[in-house]
Amino acid sequence: MMTFNKIHFLLFMALILCLAPILAHGADFITDQNFAGDNEIVVSFSAPLDKATAEVTGNYTVFEEPDPDIRLKLESATLADDGKSVSLLFAEPLNMIRTHIVSISGLPGQEKTTFKVSKSYLGYLFSILISALLINNFVFTKYLGLCVFFGTSKRKSTAKGMGVVFTLVMVAASLMSWFFYQFILVPYNLNFLQILVFIGLVSLTVQAVDTVLRKVNPILFNSFGVYLVLVIANCVIIAVPLILANNNYNVFETLMLSLGAGGGFLLALYLMSSVSERMELANIPPTFKGLPIAFIVAGQFAMAFLGFSGLQIF
Amino acid sequence: MANDKSSMQLVVNGILSENPIFRLALSMCPAVGISTTVMNGVMLGIAVLFVQVFSSVTISIFKNLIHPRIRIPTYTLTIATWVTVIDLVLAALLPDAYAKMGIFVKLIVAFAIITMRLEMFACKESVKDSFWDGLGMGLGFMVGMVVIGFVRELLGSGAVLGYDVLGFKPLLFFILPCAGFFVVGLMMAFFNWIELYYKRSKG
Repeated sequence: MMTFNKIHFLLFMALILCLAPILAHGADFITDQNFAGDNEIVVSFSAPLDKATAEVTGNYTVFEEPDPDIRLKLESATLADDGKSVSLLFAEPLNMIRTHIVSISGLPGQEKTTFKVSKSYLGYLFSILISALLINNFVFTKYLGLCVFFGTSKRKSTAKGMGVVFTLVMVAASLMSWFFYQFILVPYNLNFLQILVFIGLVSLTVQAVDTVLRKVNPILFNSFGVYLVLVIANCVIIAVPLILANNNYNVFETLMLSLGAGGGFLLALYLMSSVSERMELANIPPTFKGLPIAFIVAGQFAMAFLGFSGLQIF
Repeated sequence: MANDKSSMQLVVNGILSENPIFRLALSMCPAVGISTTVMNGVMLGIAVLFVQVFSSVTISIFKNLIHPRIRIPTYTLTIATWVTVIDLVLAALLPDAYAKMGIFVKLIVAFAIITMRLEMFACKESVKDSFWDGLGMGLGFMVGMVVIGFVRELLGSGAVLGYDVLGFKPLLFFILPCAGFFVVGLMMAFFNWIELYYKRSKG
């Protein structure tokens, strides 16, 4: 009974926590604030504003949360026709990952109002995952890992095995690379050793997974072990650490990117192997047998994946 | 140990009968990814040539010191060292071309072709032969990249090496990234066709 009450209480608190931002919004004069375009923030108010004060760019100060000294340059502030929303246009594109702090002076009632504009962080993490999975699929839109891709996409069972092993190694290797990059390479200015360190880590991870799997689960090792060697020869596995070092991702973003990359590879392998199994029954001209037809099928998949490029969720 | 081929034969072998892209079908990623122009092909070709030659020579010099059980990690680290060198050199000397190739210069480290040549050739043969073999493989890769780049640039933007040749753009499709798959696939089919035709005419 006691635990039941506790769970209820926790649920209630969680609900309050989730609703808190919405409740807080209701009391404010500013009802909504959002990023609109690449270089635009739209702020909505509960009552119409005066055009004379609302369109003066000097009334607004905007900066990114980590560095308050760098004020972003405002190009124009335009009041909507109903007077209830202002769109702030900036000279340069905004870094929408960061939280922006906007202060407005000269509003009726208050001397100065300050609020934060940010994207939901979970949404951002999810968008990294979806982007690596579909929009920037490593095989079909970044053209990486093709040797292994064409080598192991003949049978569905092989494709599944390779994809799963690859995803596991990918996640382990990129988390380790992230750790080494953030805590060893960056503090000691050893950035030029990136390639050397990352490839070493990847080989070590593969070797470790091989040894552990052999002892812990021999059955799994017998079915998946052969693919482990192939993982090293895959350029995706070294591309992901390089990308996360370039973009300075944190640990959650790294996890999402590596999951997306592995999942995307699994997806590509599965799609391709389904077609390959059908192609064996087809009557293919002798000159196209084997790799040439596989390339043409992959090209068609790549064209289909171009369609995802417009996808934007958050 | 003995290698019966002359240095010239080794180079020609890498370009024609064991061409990394069309015959061995290895290191396909750059052949599809950034072969949109001839210039990209030449640049990446130079980088691969450099890495291949220097790794082959390094491994060949130290072949007696490398314990067979750790040979693959040794190859990987040797390649990674030379890739780091060419990566830094290109970034400093040719920043524009380097920016176009993006991540692919760093990814030379995962090219199957280089490891394969070290495993199959450089760890057994003399330094001189390894040098010529590496040169042949690198040139073969460059030739493959240039041929694909030539077809795509000519058909896609009607130009060669940035100079307008045709005056019009026959098939804009070829400049799109995904056309790389089609071009490589069609060219492989073409080479297969030549081989079949040659065999048939021979009887």
